[in-house]
Amino acid sequence: MTAVPADPLIQVRELRTYFAAGRRGLLGPQRQVRAVDGLTFDIYRGETLGLVGESGCGKSTTGRTILQLVRATSGEIIYDGRDLCRISPREMRGMRRRLQIIFQDPSASLSSRMRVSQIVGDALQIHHLGTRQTRRKRVGELLEIVGLHPSHARRFPHEFSGGQRQRIGIARALAVNPEFIVCDEPISALDVSIRAQIINLLEDLQREFGLTYLFIAHDLSVVRHICTRVAVMYLGKFMELAPRDALYADPLHPYTRALMSAVPIPDPDIEDRRRRIILSGDVPTPLDPPSGCVFNTRCPLATERCRQEVPQWREMGPGHWVACHYAGTPREEDLPMGAA
Amino acid sequence: MTAAEHLLQVWGLKTEFAGRHGTVVAVNGVDFYIDAGETVGLVGESGCGKSVTALSLMRLVPDPPGRIAGGSVQFKGRELLSLSKRAMRGLRGKEISMIFQDPLTSLNPMMRIERQMTEGIRLHLGGSRREARDRAIEMLRLVGIPQAERRIRDYPHQFSGGMRQRVVIAIALSCNPSLVLADEPTTALDVTIQAQILELIQKATNEINAAALLITHDLGVVAGACQRVLVMYAGSIVEEASRRDIFYNPRHPYTIGLLQSVPRIDRPRPERLLQIEGSPPDLARVPRGCPFHPRCRFATERCVVETPELRAVGSGHTVACHYDITREEVA
Repeated sequence: MTAVPADPLIQVRELRTYFAAGRRGLLGPQRQVRAVDGLTFDIYRGETLGLVGESGCGKSTTGRTILQLVRATSGEIIYDGRDLCRISPREMRGMRRRLQIIFQDPSASLSSRMRVSQIVGDALQIHHLGTRQTRRKRVGELLEIVGLHPSHARRFPHEFSGGQRQRIGIARALAVNPEFIVCDEPISALDVSIRAQIINLLEDLQREFGLTYLFIAHDLSVVRHICTRVAVMYLGKFMELAPRDALYADPLHPYTRALMSAVPIPDPDIEDRRRRIILSGDVPTPLDPPSGCVFNTRCPLATERCRQEVPQWREMGPGHWVACHYAGTPREEDLPMGAA
Repeated sequence: MTAAEHLLQVWGLKTEFAGRHGTVVAVNGVDFYIDAGETVGLVGESGCGKSVTALSLMRLVPDPPGRIAGGSVQFKGRELLSLSKRAMRGLRGKEISMIFQDPLTSLNPMMRIERQMTEGIRLHLGGSRREARDRAIEMLRLVGIPQAERRIRDYPHQFSGGMRQRVVIAIALSCNPSLVLADEPTTALDVTIQAQILELIQKATNEINAAALLITHDLGVVAGACQRVLVMYAGSIVEEASRRDIFYNPRHPYTIGLLQSVPRIDRPRPERLLQIEGSPPDLARVPRGCPFHPRCRFATERCVVETPELRAVGSGHTVACHYDITREEVA
């Protein structure tokens, strides 16, 4: 892999997205779900930044907030020198052409009543790109780019298999020549035997069109394959952020280690030898996150300090950031790595 | 091997669904067995017939449109397919129980856990309400639910996803079944919870000496949990082998392709993933000959016309492929 020069396309600063969640009782305080709770990071031009974590950790909300599909509560999203949270709706409409998304479930994200030509061509029309004639030609090209046939344009989504539908979703995202695509669990809903096809396709497209991806996933082996850098998220916060090889060779946060040790490996000998870090309990509710380090209720290393004090976000190696009081201090031999 | 030796012996099981465009054969004549106390993995993609296989064993295929069209299911020497509905009801939940993928839909949201658990226990094991309650609490403890005496009064929505699946497992094991059919029991759960639940299923089935059929699309899940593995494709079993053989000496091009197409966290990262071309077939339009032939890079004219039968390629290792393909030839 060639190193990606650190040229930020998007700079996210102190991003917070809270959702109102009703009151506790009739006169109780208004409660809030802190889906995204103070994220600061850059997305470099041409890279694939992975965003991993368990369901409900805020990874999808982060992606959607960057695209302004969800309004940020506070913070900045600087794209090309402009703060997407503060530009006018009109300006934002112009920006949307450059920022696209691929959804998890292609059966749910494609209208069943629209022909493929319309699904893929709609964005072209919205952004007044080309004439009807050139748009039709463009749709045909796009379908070929994603491995379908131009004649498929006349069909409806239900006439395709799951993998083909995801290709249509990708063609739709590509239609307006975006620079940046949020891939929100793009292969999780697909059959195992077609996942590799879609991963390879996304990689080919990135190379061909110089795309930048934010790749949201829960599968750490897929993320390792496709991403250049990876952020690990838990209850709305980043636990760790590092270049891919550094993260997988030397995960510093206990949560990252637990996630890695839980990844099933299709190899009986390895599975038999492995010691899993079993996290106690479940993810706490983001309505009432734990004090101190949000991970402390499940962390095998948690101390009193972790319950009191929010760990600092600090750089432990080149570009390797972590939020843990005890990162880098090998305390016990109780953190065996399943995958070295 | 005779049926009497195995806990479960399935011969030529065929299950069909009446569709608008003709009959869909979801399970196309599968043979397999499960021995007492062992865990067998049934691996395949969506629509390959793996869930319908489990439902057929339980005789829970919705009829109509579904129908078990043929075959034999011998369980402890009894033929389940000819059992009366009443006898079958007595068997379900007691001798054979099932764990479904989504605990939210397999629990009744309107009923306290206590009632959902004790109903089955009293029906199958008899005894007083008190005894059933004690048994239920014991099972909740076995599956690791803290404060079981208190939590048994809760409703399903008061549990998290992982805890709910524990409750489902507790219910499935509460009458000491000899066989548990677990259909994608961890697919709806997060990875960290998945590891807990898989370990729990193994521990708990061991504890009561139950056999398990673990149905999954994830080969990684099977590597840690099963003794034997069945690989299913388009309604047929295409390979059967010990856990070691499936992973270290796979012989069906589909199994080999699956193993090679998943990125692995423990291996050097390849520049590009090997991919299987095409999509799994619609069961209403299963290709002629070998069902995998349109996606197989080794397919010949013979594969198009002649359906391969399962044949032995090693001890306890069978494969439905005309050719002797090994992993080295694919790589």
